[in-house]
Amino acid sequence: MNKVKNADTVHWILLGYDAETKLPLFSSYVKAGFPSPAEDYAEERISLLNFLSGNPTATFYVLLEGDSMIDFNLFEGDLLVIDRSLEVRSGDIILANLDNEFTVKMLEITESGARLVPGNKKYAPVTITKNSELELLVWGVVRGIARRFRK
Amino acid sequence: MTSLFLHADINNCYASIFRIFKPELNGVPLVVLSNNDGSIIARSQEAKDLGIQMGQPFFEAKPIIDKYQVRVYSSNYPLFHDMSTRFHRTLGTFSLHQEIYSIDEGFLDLGNFYQTNLQQYGADIKRTVWKWLGLPICVGIAPTKTLAKLANRIAKKSKKAQGVLVLNQPAHITAALKITDVGDVWGIGRQYATKLRNFGVLTAWDLANVNDAFAKKHLTIVGLRIVKELRGEACADLEIEPPAKKGICTRRSFGQPVMSLDLLQEAVATYMTRSAFKLRKQKSRCSQLSVFVETNPFNPNQAQYNNCKTIQLPVPTNSTLELVSYALTALKAIYREGYKYKKAGVLLDDISPATAMQGNIFDTIDRGKHLDLMQTLDLLSSKMGSGLVKVAKEGMEKSWKMRQDYSTPCYTTRLEDILVVR
Repeated sequence: MNKVKNADTVHWILLGYDAETKLPLFSSYVKAGFPSPAEDYAEERISLLNFLSGNPTATFYVLLEGDSMIDFNLFEGDLLVIDRSLEVRSGDIILANLDNEFTVKMLEITESGARLVPGNKKYAPVTITKNSELELLVWGVVRGIARRFRK
Repeated sequence: MTSLFLHADINNCYASIFRIFKPELNGVPLVVLSNNDGSIIARSQEAKDLGIQMGQPFFEAKPIIDKYQVRVYSSNYPLFHDMSTRFHRTLGTFSLHQEIYSIDEGFLDLGNFYQTNLQQYGADIKRTVWKWLGLPICVGIAPTKTLAKLANRIAKKSKKAQGVLVLNQPAHITAALKITDVGDVWGIGRQYATKLRNFGVLTAWDLANVNDAFAKKHLTIVGLRIVKELRGEACADLEIEPPAKKGICTRRSFGQPVMSLDLLQEAVATYMTRSAFKLRKQKSRCSQLSVFVETNPFNPNQAQYNNCKTIQLPVPTNSTLELVSYALTALKAIYREGYKYKKAGVLLDDISPATAMQGNIFDTIDRGKHLDLMQTLDLLSSKMGSGLVKVAKEGMEKSWKMRQDYSTPCYTTRLEDILVVR
């Protein structure tokens, strides 16, 4: 069980978090012979999903394409782990929905609005103010990445 | 009043799910088609406003769809199922007692939440589902499940409610009942509604005020319970454990009419494989199976034929091999040449737990061997994807398979289908 602090005063207990990693009721059954001395010390195995996200219910994956984020060490083919339950902060790398198109950029919250900053000097940042025509929606915060060296 | 229930459901569920992954669909009319692209089973608000009806055959709505450039999508059940699971998990974080009522609806028991600001709590749930999943929902909170559902209905329509309505004051409940048509009460079907109107029972308020004898006489005991629930007397608790499935049915229409026995056999074998897998998954056996075939009833110019064959099994089983073999026997018994078949299905019945094994001295099947084989089969399917190893009768081509001309990626269940972003 985790306790989550929410911006709007309410604190609730999240009961469903660990639903995906259940412990077996009996991890081994004994017909004859000796029960395992380790049985009572069973612990949950380390979960990469929990490490990368912590809230599987609100976690989605997308695949990164292109070179616009290389300065943040994000490369083509990286699997981005998006946790929608995180409250967005300035400096987060986010999956944004900019005028109905998805894009991954670093978000900078400024006094007049926000900036989407690419991680490559080849591309220019996008500035969004209250008056601008562009519509920006934060789809989710990129909480981590998964990358394979061998398939 | 001690009991308190919350009802939450996803607005325009299937349409909303597509919008999470296709933001360009926001504000655009869209419809979702049934299995086989036959009829419209979900509409966005914009599509509803154009007058497209629920359940309308696709071809019939085609003129409006073309005229207003309504987007059309085939059902994507793997995606719907995953998003629905996430929705119910999210709801489940708000109360220990939860009922998963349907793919897009759930109840929570808020019986212990007497100190909570309910309006705030409902709004928190709505906001959380929106934030975590991008799904719009509405919430109704009231002393009974029937009233909670009624509250939700009003929450959806009323601008003032902003998607959350709490009905726990008698005066508010009365007002809500008075503006609800009797036909819109949960559990009152069209026939009962007509009957009630003839008695002058027009609103939910009228229904709450009939006497018990009237309700029992005209609506049976089930109707009496609805009446009591409208009065604020909780008659139904949450159904937390889904009742054990009484029958497992796999029944689908074909993409195109099927005439040959060979192709029907492929379809029946495939459906039976699927059903047998479900049976093993819930650790059961069955001792009765039925196979049925149907022609297309909507095509009056075509010769019609429907039939069903039920077989009682000598020993309860969940072996795919055995079940497929019986199903094919049943199919042969009802197959008639010369018809254009539109639909086929299999139904497993008389289901019992797989532990209770009643032997039969005439049993010639090596059940231990079947069990091993099935376990291996299920393991292979779970590790390497279903369909890798199959019964030969299932066929390779599957030309009868359902039609899905407007399919979408399984964004959350298949790695090769996830969104690619720049």
